Amino acid sequence: MLELQHLVKNYATQKAVDDISLTINKGKIFGLLGPNGAGKSSLLRMVTGITMPDSGTILFNGEVFNPMVHNQFIGYMPEERGLYKKMKIGEQTLYLAQLKGIETKEAMKRIKHWFEKFEMVSWWNKKVEDLSKGMQQKLQFITTILHEPQLLILDEPFSGLDPLNSEIIKDEIRLMANNGTTIIFSTHRMEQVEEICEEIILVNKGQSVLQGNLKQIKEEWKKNIFLLETKEAIPQLNAEILNEVNHQYTIKLGEHQDANQILSQCIQQGISIIKFQEIYPTLNEIFIEKVEGSAARAFLK
Amino acid sequence: MNKVLIIIKREYLTRVKKKMFLVTTFLIPILITGLIAMISYFAAKSSGKETIVIDDQSAYFQHKFDTTETSSTLVYAQPNQGESDADFLNRKEADVVVRIFPFRDNKLDSVVMYSDEGVSITLKSYIQGQINSLYSTKLLQDAGVNISQIDSINAAEVPLRSYSLKDNKETNAEAAMICGIGIGILMYMVLLLYGSSVMRGVMEEKTSRIAEVIISSVKPFQLMLGKILGIGLVCLTQMGLWLVLVGSLRFILPLFVPELHTGIGTNPMMQDPAMQKQMAEAASEGGSQLLASLSQLPWGTIITCFIIYFFGGYFTYAALFAAIGSLVNEDPQEAQQLALPVTMPIIFSYVIAMQTIKDPNSALSIFGSMFPLTSPTVMMARIPYGVPAYQIILSIVFLILGFLLFTWLSAKIYRIGILMYGKKLSWKEVIKWIRYS
Repeated sequence: MLELQHLVKNYATQKAVDDISLTINKGKIFGLLGPNGAGKSSLLRMVTGITMPDSGTILFNGEVFNPMVHNQFIGYMPEERGLYKKMKIGEQTLYLAQLKGIETKEAMKRIKHWFEKFEMVSWWNKKVEDLSKGMQQKLQFITTILHEPQLLILDEPFSGLDPLNSEIIKDEIRLMANNGTTIIFSTHRMEQVEEICEEIILVNKGQSVLQGNLKQIKEEWKKNIFLLETKEAIPQLNAEILNEVNHQYTIKLGEHQDANQILSQCIQQGISIIKFQEIYPTLNEIFIEKVEGSAARAFLK
Repeated sequence: MNKVLIIIKREYLTRVKKKMFLVTTFLIPILITGLIAMISYFAAKSSGKETIVIDDQSAYFQHKFDTTETSSTLVYAQPNQGESDADFLNRKEADVVVRIFPFRDNKLDSVVMYSDEGVSITLKSYIQGQINSLYSTKLLQDAGVNISQIDSINAAEVPLRSYSLKDNKETNAEAAMICGIGIGILMYMVLLLYGSSVMRGVMEEKTSRIAEVIISSVKPFQLMLGKILGIGLVCLTQMGLWLVLVGSLRFILPLFVPELHTGIGTNPMMQDPAMQKQMAEAASEGGSQLLASLSQLPWGTIITCFIIYFFGGYFTYAALFAAIGSLVNEDPQEAQQLALPVTMPIIFSYVIAMQTIKDPNSALSIFGSMFPLTSPTVMMARIPYGVPAYQIILSIVFLILGFLLFTWLSAKIYRIGILMYGKKLSWKEVIKWIRYS
């Protein structure tokens, strides 16, 4: 669906995007991760045709990307939300839909559908500046997807949204992906990605730090740490206990230890188990370790 | 529907529906007409109510001032021994004291005026005129010319009429001047007001970041074009309404302010009915003469040219202002600085236009009416005086070339600027975008 090959983008003072390549398949939710200023937005601007790469190629459905042709298939929600503050939201949504080339009648039908879905019908004549930030966010989301894009690019879609509305939008994103929409989800809040993305790329200072299938990455970076919750205290355990709070044990296994050994130890001692699970490192932890590792390596050099 | 049309529609409707549009459309003509009415009302009613004390130490000017030419009260008096100027002014309850010093060797050295609040120009020129004419009469008398000869010399007035060789019609510089000033100022206002309106619109889109959303739907040039055309239509609408409003106000206003017509008759110094009649006739004769010569101006050329220069000037400047707007980051002060290279030619063209009115065929005026950034204002100020056809054609050709060049340049800048935040533009980037289009 979308393929980036060795993209480079330089600004006057720094390299914003430094040789990034990636492939995204149709119907996938792809996470673009990195701290503030890592080059995420610069990368997205090239994918939306807003800026041109200094070098490298973008392929859209196998064709060389041409913004004038492919823009109608892309829905882009920029990080800095953009709406006319003094325009009524109904008119504004219709206007933006018309600009994407939707006929007025069809646009009205779709707007009505979405406004009903998001319980926004009564806002029709309100101005954007009178809406709360969360409401504006929802409106922005609607304007982004109204033309049913093949590729949906969301830059920090949940910033400013309360958990309830976040969940509504998350559900929509999942539904669209199931219906074949490819989604790029960019954020610096790494925990948000873990719930919805299958593939990710982690960028720092314009470079790809880590990229691939989220599950595989976690598998690769896991540290044999388990969480064990029991009804009563465990008198004796043949493993390193990192932490214990209210009979919740964080256990680190040695290299040759098996999770089942721990369980059988507990069973033998007659301890009733409430919960036992492997703790995967969060992306945040992986990122910090990865970046610190490379920083340390750079330092040693 | 064409995307540019969609944009034009939005730009037009959001502006026309704004309260500010209604306010400016209806208030500005009322304000201007009201201001003119007020000025003429006060000018007619309250000019020359001053009490002037003539302290004539030469003893020549006593009771010789011609009081028919002013409505002020003249009093001939002298200060008491040792009395200060201020006390003298207060004692006589005068507004102005004119002190004429004694002759020395039969010559008048100087005259001094003093007052509490400064002297109006009308009053000063009245006093100066009186003293000059009385003094020259005295000098002529001293030289042996008899009084009846002097009177006939003073009364001599040769009528001066000027004709244009082109159509043998009588020309009237005053009518051309009024027309030139009016159209020149109108053009200047339109360029500045609506040009900066385009700039603000672009800035709004950039700072509210909606530009990024829209550019992912349409080409930047379409957005710029739509905005410029939409605001241009707003401008035409507003001017059309102004025309209608001013036209109707001219008929309505005299009904409410009758002094506008009779003001001159209430002047206390003109109680003599014969003189009143004479004055009124003179005034109406002058007025109708002006009207007649106004109507003799080449209106066909003026209107045609106005339309051409309006569109040429507006599009050129709107494109330049759009480019400037696209370069501005959040800071509005930055906008003022950046806009300077564009507002300067507008101000220059206004200044040149004001010179043009005085001397329509000077080198500066001809240059100004050719150069595309100044020609809309300057040429419009020149045209009422009559401009050779080849100059108009040349100027329009330059205008069109300039319009194409500046729009092309602006579009290139706009395309990049509208999406760049907090970054300085590099020429490498500009070239890339030019190649890419």
